[in-house]
Amino acid sequence: MTDTIELEKSIAIEIEAAATEAALEAVRVSALGKKGSVSALLATLGKMSPDERKLRGAAINTLKDAVSATLASKRDRLRAAALTERLQREAVDVTLPVRDEAVTLGRIHPITQVMDELTAIFADMGFSIAEGPDVETDFYNFTALNFPEGHPAREMHDTFFFKPDAQGERKLLRTHTSPVQIRTMLGKAPPIRVICPGRTYRCDSDQTHTPMFHQVEGLVIDRTANLANLKWVLQEFCRAFFEVDQVKMRFRPSFFPFTEPSMEVDIQCSRQGGEIRFGEGNDWLEILGCGMVHPNVLRHCNIDPDEYQGFAWGMGIDRIAMLKYGMPDLRPFFEADVRWLKHYGFRPLDIPTLAGGLTG
Amino acid sequence: MKFTLSWLKEHLDTTAALDEIVETLTRIGLEVERVEDPGARLAAFTIARVIEATQHPNADRLRVCMVDTGKGAPVQVVCGAPNARTGMVSVFSPPGTYIPGKDITIGEGVIRGVDSKGMLCSEAELELSTDHDGIIDLPLDAPIGAAYAAYAGLDDPVIEINLTPNRPDAASVYGIARDLAAAGLGTLRRGAVTPVAGRGAPGVTARLDLADADSHLAPAFALRRVRGVKNGPSPEWLRRRLVSIGLRPINALVDITNYLTFDRGRPLHVFDAAKVAGDLVVRRGRAGEALTALDGRSYALDTDVLVIADERGPESIAGIMGGEASGCDESTTDVLIESALWDALMIARTGRKLGINTDARYRFERGVDPAFCVPGLDLATAMVVDLCGGTPSEHALAGAVPQPDRRIVFPWSEVARLTGLELPQSEMARSLERLGFELSSDEGDNNRVFVRVPSWRPDVHGKADLVEEVVRLAGLDQVAPVPLARPTPSVPRPVLTLLQKRARLAKRTLASCGLLEAVTWSFVSRERALLFGGGREELALANPIAADLSDMRPSLLPGLIAAAERNARRGMSDAALFEVGQIFLGAGENDQRVAAAGLRQGTARVAGAGRQWGEKTDRAGVFDAKADALNLLTSLGVATGGLQIVAGGPSYFHPGRSGTLQFGPKAVIGHFGELHPTILDAFDAEGPMACFEIVLDTLPQPKAKPTKVKGKLDLPELMPVERDFAFVVDRGVQAADILKAAQAADRALITRLAVFDVYEGAGVPEGKKSIGIAATLQPRERTLTEADLESLGRRIVEEVGKKTGAVLRG
Repeated sequence: MTDTIELEKSIAIEIEAAATEAALEAVRVSALGKKGSVSALLATLGKMSPDERKLRGAAINTLKDAVSATLASKRDRLRAAALTERLQREAVDVTLPVRDEAVTLGRIHPITQVMDELTAIFADMGFSIAEGPDVETDFYNFTALNFPEGHPAREMHDTFFFKPDAQGERKLLRTHTSPVQIRTMLGKAPPIRVICPGRTYRCDSDQTHTPMFHQVEGLVIDRTANLANLKWVLQEFCRAFFEVDQVKMRFRPSFFPFTEPSMEVDIQCSRQGGEIRFGEGNDWLEILGCGMVHPNVLRHCNIDPDEYQGFAWGMGIDRIAMLKYGMPDLRPFFEADVRWLKHYGFRPLDIPTLAGGLTG
Repeated sequence: MKFTLSWLKEHLDTTAALDEIVETLTRIGLEVERVEDPGARLAAFTIARVIEATQHPNADRLRVCMVDTGKGAPVQVVCGAPNARTGMVSVFSPPGTYIPGKDITIGEGVIRGVDSKGMLCSEAELELSTDHDGIIDLPLDAPIGAAYAAYAGLDDPVIEINLTPNRPDAASVYGIARDLAAAGLGTLRRGAVTPVAGRGAPGVTARLDLADADSHLAPAFALRRVRGVKNGPSPEWLRRRLVSIGLRPINALVDITNYLTFDRGRPLHVFDAAKVAGDLVVRRGRAGEALTALDGRSYALDTDVLVIADERGPESIAGIMGGEASGCDESTTDVLIESALWDALMIARTGRKLGINTDARYRFERGVDPAFCVPGLDLATAMVVDLCGGTPSEHALAGAVPQPDRRIVFPWSEVARLTGLELPQSEMARSLERLGFELSSDEGDNNRVFVRVPSWRPDVHGKADLVEEVVRLAGLDQVAPVPLARPTPSVPRPVLTLLQKRARLAKRTLASCGLLEAVTWSFVSRERALLFGGGREELALANPIAADLSDMRPSLLPGLIAAAERNARRGMSDAALFEVGQIFLGAGENDQRVAAAGLRQGTARVAGAGRQWGEKTDRAGVFDAKADALNLLTSLGVATGGLQIVAGGPSYFHPGRSGTLQFGPKAVIGHFGELHPTILDAFDAEGPMACFEIVLDTLPQPKAKPTKVKGKLDLPELMPVERDFAFVVDRGVQAADILKAAQAADRALITRLAVFDVYEGAGVPEGKKSIGIAATLQPRERTLTEADLESLGRRIVEEVGKKTGAVLRG
C-alpha cells in the first residue's frame, strides 16, 4: 500500500511545481493519461485475484481521486492568478478626463427661457401666442392704436423708419408689439385672449437702452373683462413668474394712447446688495403698463366698444429677465459673448412647466 | 413740471403734510419723480447776534466776535469779514457743519492764537448767491437761535412731477391744486381773474395774415400795451420762486410771463413796444428769413414755421420763443403783452424742426386752455401794473377765442362695467364736479347724466375718459382683483402653432447639440446684407442708429459670424453658436421668415471642442454643420425620406465644401457648409467656420393623421445579414449615387446601406477612390442561401457599376 501513498506524494509535488496550466496538463497526462503512472497501476488490477483486486482497487481509486482533486484545485488557483494578472494588465487611469456631452454644453438664451415661462403661464390661462411682422406700417403701429398724427406720444417712441416706397408709404420697425393686437383683433372676432411676445425697436442706445429689445403684451377682449380681472391676471402672472407666494402691486394712473383708463404698475420688492427680491421689502419697482383697451382702438378694429371690452398690458421681456435672474446690464444680452451665455444661459432640457415649476 | 409746496398752497387750502401730498399726487396720476428739500442741507445754520466784535490781537484783518447763538453761553468766533460789527445779526454755523460754498466741514480751531468755535457765514458760503464781501447782515429783529433756512424761506420743498402728455391741465400749479382738491386733499382757492379795464387802443395793430386753410393755426391773438412801465429786477418772492424751479430771473416783465406759464399754464410773450415797427402780424415764415431768438441763437425760418412779424420781419417764433431784438430789458417803458392760441400740431412740428424746447412749446403742443387766453392776458397785465407800474390799454384781439362745448352722455354704470368698482353716484358726481366737469341730469333717465367737459381738458372725449377720472380719484387700490375665468372650464387646449412649436423645439435641439443660443441684432451693415443676398432698398433704414446696423438681415449668419469673431478676439476661439429668429426677404408683411442657424468655429466639432487625449484634434468642418442641420430636421420630425443633398450652396459658402438641403429644386429648405474664405476676410475673422441655416417656414408640414396610433411594429423572425462591398470609382462620383444604385438592386431585401470607408492613396489608382459600403439584408420568408447572397451581391455590383462606373476592388 505504501506505493500508492508514495505515488500520490510524488504527483502532488509535481502538481505543486507546475507554474502554468500547460505544465499542469503535462502532470495530469503523466499521472492520469493513458500511459500515466496512475493508469499503469490501474492496469495491474486485471491480473490480480479478486480479493487482492478488491483491496488494491480501493487504494488505487483513492489515489486517482486524490490526484484529480489536487489537479482541479491547482487549476483553479492558476486560473485565478492568471485572471488577476490580466486584470492588472488591463488597468487604466480612470482619472483621465472624458469629453462633456453636447447636451451638457449647449445653453438656451435667457430671453428664450423667459418666453417659454410666459407661454407656460399664459397658455394655462387660455391665452394663445400671437405674432406679427417686425416691419410695420404707420397704421398698425400708431394710427390704429389711437396715436394722433403729430401727437407728442409719437415722439416718445424714437421710431426707426424705412425710406418711402414708390407709393410714398413709409414703413417702420415696430416700436412695441401692440400692432400684433390690432392684427389679432382685425383677424378674429372676440372673445380674444393672446399674448404677443416679440422683438421691438427704438432708435435709442445708452446704458439701459438698446436699439432692439423684446416685449410681451397681453390682450383680452370679451363682453365682461374689466380692470378687476386685469389686476388679477397681472397679480397671478407676477406671482407665478417670480415664483413667490405673494406679490404686492401698486397701480398708478398713467397714460398710453391705446388704453383708457391707463395704468403703470409697480411691484413691491427689497433690494439688498444688488439683489432684488419680490414679495418682501419696502421699495417699489415699475414693471409694466396696462389699461382698458381704448374705445377708439376697438373701433379701428371694427369692434363695438359698447358691446365688447377688454384690457391689455405690456412689459419688457429683457427687463423681467434681468429682474428675475439678476443680470445687471441689458447690452450683453445681444453681444453673444460665450462667457455670458454660459453663465446666464439655461440647460437645454430645463424646460419650464407649471407642473414642475418654471425653474425646476 | 416743478413747483414748491408754498406755491401750491397759494392755490390749495390744505392742512395735508408734504408726505400726504406727494403720495396723493402719485396715486391720482401725477407721478412724483422727486422731492427736494433745500432746507435740509442748511439745517445747521442758525440766526445769531454778534454781542461784541473786537480787533484780533495778532491780525489786522480779523475780528474776534462773541456770538449769542440763542443756546447757552456766548461762543467765540474769529471772523475775517469786513462788515462784522458789534450788535449785528447774522448766520452762525457750529463746528462740524458742512459749508456747501466752500466744500469743507468746519471744526474748532485756533486762529492766530485765538480760539474759534464756529463760523459766521456769507451768502456765498451757503451757495445762496455769489456775494462773499461780508457775512449775512440780517434785520435786527430776526429771531436769534432760529433756523436760518426757515426764516429766509429757503426751506420750501420742491416737488417735481412726471407729467403724462395727456394732462396739459396739470402743467400749472393751479391745475395741480385743482386735481388735489378734487382728490379731497383740501380746497381750491378759486382763481377767478378780474378783467382789466384798460384805456385806449394798444397802438399796435394785431393781425392774422393766414390763408383760409391755415386759419386753425392761430385761432386767437390778443395783445395789450402797458405804457410807462419801469422794468427792473423782480421782487424777492418772485425771483426766489423762479429760482426754486430752476428758472433764471431776468427782469420783471419777462419774469411775469415765465411765472404765469407755470402758475396758470398760460404762456405769454412780452415785446418792447419801442422796438416794434408797425403792425404785429401772425403769418407763415418765408424762405430766407431768420430770427435771433431770446436764447441768442439764430434760427433759419421757412413756410413751415409760424411767426409774429412786424414791418422789419419776424420778431417771434409763434408759441415757442421770442426774438432778441424786440425783447424787454431795463430800458423798456412801453410793453406789449401777447396772449395767443396756437395749433398744437404746428407747434410740435416747428419745435421739432428747429430743435427748440421751451416751457411755452411744452404747453402749446399738449394743449392750453383756450378759455384762459384773455383772462391770462388780464392777469399778466395786473401783475405788470403791480410790479412795474404803467397804464394799460384795452386789449386787441385778432381772430376769436374758440368756445369748445364737448358733452358726453354718461351712464353711471360705465364705471362698474369697465373697472368692476361699484361707487355711489354721489361720489362719482362729486369727483367730476370738483375737476370742473359740469353735470346735468337726464330727466327721463336717472341712470345717466350729461357731462360737459371743461375747456382745460382736451384729453377727455368719451365715457372711458370719464371712467378714468372717477377711478383715479377714488383710488385704483379700491379695485379688488377678480379672477378671469378660463374660456372653458376644461383642461387648457394646446395653443402653439406648428411654426411656434418648431421654433421652440429647434432652440432646445440645437442647445442639446452643444451650441450656445445667441440673440443678435435684426439689422446688419449694408455690406454684410449684400454678401448674404440682402441689401434691398426697401429694407434699408432711413435713420439707422449706426452704420453697421443699417439694413434688415437677410440671414442669421452675418450676426453669428460677427459674434464668433468678437469671441475669438477675446480668446474664445472655439465658439459654437446658434440663433433661431427672424430674417427679412422684403418689407411686405409676409416677407418675414423664421430661420435656424448654427455656427462652429475652430475646434468646436460635434464631438466636442479643444484637444482631447486619445483623439485627433481637428477643426470643425462641413460635416459638423451637416450633422447639426440633419439633427435639427430629425428632431423637428421632418420626414427626411425625400430630402436631397445637392453639392454647393450660396456664394458665401466654400463651393466645394457646402451643400443645399432640398425636397426638390423648388423646395430648398437650407444650406450647410464651410464659409467662403472671402467672407471670412470680409468679417476679418479666423476660419474655417462651419455653418448651416434652415428656414423653418419652408419645412414640409407633417401629414395629418386621424389618430395618434403608431404604425404597426415590424419584427421579422429571421436574422438580418450584413455584406460589405469595396468599390473603386472615379474621385468625383458621389457616395449618394453609389448608395442609390446599390439600393436599386433589391428595394425589399436591402433595408439599410452605410458607407464604412472612403480611401484615396497607395493601392488606389490616381484620380480614383475606394469606397466601402455595407448592405443590411433582411430576409422575410426563408433564410438566405449562399446562392441567394451571391446573386444579390452580383446585382449590387452590376447596378453600382452601371450607374457610377465603379468596379469591385480586387
